[in-house]
Amino acid sequence: MATHTLSVLVENSPGVLARIASLFSRRGYNIDSLAVGPTENSEISRMTIVLNLDGHALDQVIAQLFKLINVIGISEMTDTDSIKREALLVKVNAQKSDREKVAAVAQKYNGVIVDESDVSLTIEATGPSTDIEALLKSLEQFGIKELVQSGLIALERGSVTLAERTLSTSGVAISDSHSATADYQN
Amino acid sequence: MSNQVTGAQSLVKSLEHAGVEVMFGIPGGAILPAYDPIYDSKIRHILVRHEQGAGHAATGYAQVTGRVGVCIATSGPGATNLVTPIGDAAMDSVPMVAITGQVPSAAIGTDAFQEADIRGITMPITKHNYLITNPDDIAGAIAEAFHIAGTGRPGPVLVDIAKDALQKMTEFKWPTNINLAGYNPKTKPDSQAIRDAAALIAKSKRPVLYVGGGVIKANASKQLLRLAELTGAPVVTTLMARGAFPDSHPLHLGMPGMHGTVAAVTALQKSDLLITLGARFDDRVTGKLSTFAVNAKIIHADIDPAEIGKNRFADVAIIGDVGEAITALIPALEAEFKKSEPDLTQWWSQMGALRAKYPVGYDHPEDGSVSPQYVIERIGAIAGPDSIYVAGVGQHQMWASQFVKYEKPRTWLNSGGAGTMGYAVPAAMGAKVGAPDTTVWAIDGDGCFQMTNQELVTCALNNIPIKVAIINNESLGMVRQWQTLFYNSRYSNTSLDSKRIPDFVKLADAMGCVGLRCDTTGDVDKVIKEAMAINDQPVVVDFSVFRDAMVWPMVAAGTSNDDILVARETAPDWDSQEL
Repeated sequence: MATHTLSVLVENSPGVLARIASLFSRRGYNIDSLAVGPTENSEISRMTIVLNLDGHALDQVIAQLFKLINVIGISEMTDTDSIKREALLVKVNAQKSDREKVAAVAQKYNGVIVDESDVSLTIEATGPSTDIEALLKSLEQFGIKELVQSGLIALERGSVTLAERTLSTSGVAISDSHSATADYQN
Repeated sequence: MSNQVTGAQSLVKSLEHAGVEVMFGIPGGAILPAYDPIYDSKIRHILVRHEQGAGHAATGYAQVTGRVGVCIATSGPGATNLVTPIGDAAMDSVPMVAITGQVPSAAIGTDAFQEADIRGITMPITKHNYLITNPDDIAGAIAEAFHIAGTGRPGPVLVDIAKDALQKMTEFKWPTNINLAGYNPKTKPDSQAIRDAAALIAKSKRPVLYVGGGVIKANASKQLLRLAELTGAPVVTTLMARGAFPDSHPLHLGMPGMHGTVAAVTALQKSDLLITLGARFDDRVTGKLSTFAVNAKIIHADIDPAEIGKNRFADVAIIGDVGEAITALIPALEAEFKKSEPDLTQWWSQMGALRAKYPVGYDHPEDGSVSPQYVIERIGAIAGPDSIYVAGVGQHQMWASQFVKYEKPRTWLNSGGAGTMGYAVPAAMGAKVGAPDTTVWAIDGDGCFQMTNQELVTCALNNIPIKVAIINNESLGMVRQWQTLFYNSRYSNTSLDSKRIPDFVKLADAMGCVGLRCDTTGDVDKVIKEAMAINDQPVVVDFSVFRDAMVWPMVAAGTSNDDILVARETAPDWDSQEL
């Protein structure tokens, strides 16, 4: 089993998230995290899906995703070729005596204090998953009251975009290079 | 503006533009606006008695004609009654468009009367589906639905249309081209894959052409025949592919799988190369997957990339239309064979011996009752290979696949993937509508028949003279067979008492059909011929048959194909075979 990150371009149509969720559910694929949002093109949304699979099953997941009519492009985001980030909001116990210590820990991970009360501080942080995990671990000593995390988002390094790689100039998915193993264009 | 029409008129115009000649359905509240222009349309609408019948009829029509079948129903229960045939069409890759009315858009999500989220419900069992709330979107959705249903790997597409979208005015515009960013099925196979496949075939000592239903969908039987004769390899045709290759052809070993022939099952098991054409390594074919054809390399040709490697790793994947794949493979193979002609003599001596020693067969019951296999065999012999045969699901289905001899594609219809009991009568109705000049026999069980026989009323009223053979063993026969074999003959809830109730002859008569009865072996031919002579009315024949007949050979579910049995506790005599 290995963790894979897929970036999926989908048409911005009603029910598309349900279609993806339904596919993963009925085929028994486990999603670690899922982040959805708009893109530079108002007609296209981008999903970043993190899942645990063996390598062979990944081809199958990608092929099954492509069977959804609203899915128009898929690419695996590797650690070396892409930038991956998570966002975190965390509410930590912080009595007066602990405040400076909490602030120092947050700063170490580029966290920002965005809210405070008499007994707590809320920290916002963005970074690679490992940094977010490390920040949380460091904050445990103070007592974490509440936290919320976004799913992972990822973007490939370099100038070429996912849309450029997976869509032809007319906006239609490129079919010639479609194979079950190598290229993930539809 | 003359192009100003209601959404309902736009729908019907769209169906006309899509080339629809017939649709099967039932009106109701939400779809009612559409039925007004249907009244004036040149499209034939056949009023069924249950929406499930409409769905299977659309499937039967599609399977016989190769065209997209159409069914139509109202919202809520009308739509949910289509779920089974839609799921059935999805499992067997049948091109179908289902149109459903939906409650008015303002009421969607309020648990309104006869509201069901049919788009959500059918998401996992359609190739794609739509919910239309704007009348301007109707024509485009219908055009896309037919395009998606009928191209690539065929499948069902549902278009759910809110009632107010049918009522409001719109401008009718039939799209001239369809541009779907995420749907562009690849039909032309990769030339390198073809060359790789040809090289593997040329080297193989024990090749098998493993032929699935995709060959029929792709209308590729002629190309298959050429490929088979060029390679000289044994051919096996799956349940969905019966008729894709002539049963009478000397290269044919029959059907593989759970109730396949010993020769077909063993050929796959012992092969060194499976040339897989439009088949999908279904569990009913492979048996226990880890023991399936362990020494075989796999060439897998399929139009659906997701089938490649789904169940079995493919050494060579040919993604594309299977007809185009075969057509491309033939010259590539001819070039390979110029270098060296493969010698399959030894392979054929083994497989030929198995085929000769273990043909599918049956015994006449000792108690003098009628053998169900005999009835089915005689229907096939008398009606011949030009007729169309439509089975339900269970023992009679397996016997119909074994004992009717198929020579042509699109003459054998059944519910293969979904295993939908009750498929036969409505699917036969659709088949007969699609091929009105062809004899259509539904070969049904007494259990299946009681699920959907109401469509005989539809047949009788609409001049759709199908013939139905009820293979009446007064049981859910296949389940009873499993109870015999695996549950110590404890027959929990499988006795239907249908030799007593209902009286199928009277039931047929009440539904406007001719009802015939046959209780003795000596009468079988006479009654079949009597049924064959009636062409102005549907005919139902109640064949009272032996209750404990079993389907053999059998590979028990979850076991290895190596453990095939030819009769109860009887394995083939492998020792006398040199394998």
